[in-house]
Amino acid sequence: MSVARRFAANPAVLLLAPALLYLTVFYLVPLSFLLGRSFIGQAGLSLQPYAALLGDGFTWQVIGNTLRIASLVTLCAFLIGYPAAIALSRARGALQIVLLVSIILPLSVGIVVKAFAWQIVLGRGGVVGQFLVATGLFEEAPRLLFTEFGLVLGAANVFLPFMILPIYSVLNLMDPRLPEAAATLGASPVYRFTRVTLPLTLPGIIAGCAFVFSMSVSMYVIPSLLIGDRFQTLATLTGRSFLFLRDEQLGSTTAVVLLVLSVAIILSASALARRFGGVR
Amino acid sequence: MTLIERACNALILLVAAFAVVFLLTPLVVTVAASFGSSPVFTLPPPEWSTRWYERLATLRGLAPALFTSLQIATLSTAIALVLGTMCAIALTRGRVPGSEGIISFLISPLMLPALVIGIALLQFFRELGLRDAWTSLLLAHVVITLPYVARTVIGALSLFDYTLIDAARTLGCSYPAAVRKVLVPNLAPAFLTSGMFAFLASMDNYPISIFFSDAWTKTLPIQMLQFVEERPDPTIAAISTGLILLATLAMIIGDRLVGIRRMAQF
Repeated sequence: MSVARRFAANPAVLLLAPALLYLTVFYLVPLSFLLGRSFIGQAGLSLQPYAALLGDGFTWQVIGNTLRIASLVTLCAFLIGYPAAIALSRARGALQIVLLVSIILPLSVGIVVKAFAWQIVLGRGGVVGQFLVATGLFEEAPRLLFTEFGLVLGAANVFLPFMILPIYSVLNLMDPRLPEAAATLGASPVYRFTRVTLPLTLPGIIAGCAFVFSMSVSMYVIPSLLIGDRFQTLATLTGRSFLFLRDEQLGSTTAVVLLVLSVAIILSASALARRFGGVR
Repeated sequence: MTLIERACNALILLVAAFAVVFLLTPLVVTVAASFGSSPVFTLPPPEWSTRWYERLATLRGLAPALFTSLQIATLSTAIALVLGTMCAIALTRGRVPGSEGIISFLISPLMLPALVIGIALLQFFRELGLRDAWTSLLLAHVVITLPYVARTVIGALSLFDYTLIDAARTLGCSYPAAVRKVLVPNLAPAFLTSGMFAFLASMDNYPISIFFSDAWTKTLPIQMLQFVEERPDPTIAAISTGLILLATLAMIIGDRLVGIRRMAQF
């Protein structure tokens, strides 16, 4: 059979090959290299790099920072995102357009632009400071930039669309008559929410939280601009070990810890979503 | 409607209003700051001016960085579109065993930390002896842009009716001609929106590009962050305003092509 005829008979393999080959060479192999390299210490192949990393109290402080910030960002994004997703699924006409634009437009604006904007917003004389003084809560504007509060606020802002959109798409698939049916059967609003709406939107909540959490764990630009060098997360420590400290051993090991953490988040989220009757 | 329900609805609307203000704050503040006259940010600015835009022309390093970014983003998006579309045809048309797994693999670079992918590629390229910044950037950016294209085009193709191609072939088209005349026009919106998102993702990428930049080859986000560190004045806000304008344009085009509601399908 000529190549052309085989192509027509079963083009699938030939069509798939270039992309799969590309990702294998420039993505899978390098990641495996990194994984392998992280085990090679001064004394050859060993667990010594990990023992050194995990035996250091500073590392645990960094891991603690990373997980604490990511949890707070996810919580903030959920508290704002869930009601916003409900509002979006109910909105019609102009209100719907306004909501969609304010979610999609920031999504296509670069992270450096937004992180820089939060420097302005949180800085001295910034909008948030002025607002806090105007409400009378504070006598003078508190320091916001280069604090954990500023970091969480900025990151929650950047990742909020990734919380709203998955919940919104699940709400879109939900039959709006279900809560109504529950109401007809005499269910109270609270009961209806906890027994009908919340369980049905759970796959969206899991997906949204997983997105936001894993992005917050690995964010690099936002902490660099909003909290500075003295505060380290796994991602900033990894980046800085390569770019400034020239300590590739440390960088490779923390990169692998970060990689394992991200994969664990994705796998546990998809397992959870399947368990709760995932739509996605 | 009971009192509790009304209170709940009011709360939902209140939070949604807050979300709108919160989401748009960085964009509005950036645009406002870029038109202010003072080098210190105050809102509202004491006077409006375009002096920061005039300074853009004299900012060293901006033009080459913008040019590099545009080159890398255009080329990597084009490569991703070709590779991603070929995959999408194979996966939706051919009976490929384990296609679910292949799709997950194609999209997985989006879910892993970009920084880790960057470091892995840095070490790998060094092992290969590849030292050219521009080539490294292009090779790395295809890894980022490919998932965007694959995700959208696979989605669009799974809705495409392949009997149309068979019909075209019955009418005398060769297979490649049928693809070109029937499939390509049908998929144009998916190509354009996914290409746009891929392009923007490449233009915006920092955590991978940082490892491949040298003194001569820098992408726009890297040059911008360097400006921010050197002198954080509203000139950066002026560049940012340009990028916000680009994103707005992309959104309007996307709305025309597929509708804003479909762009929200995640």
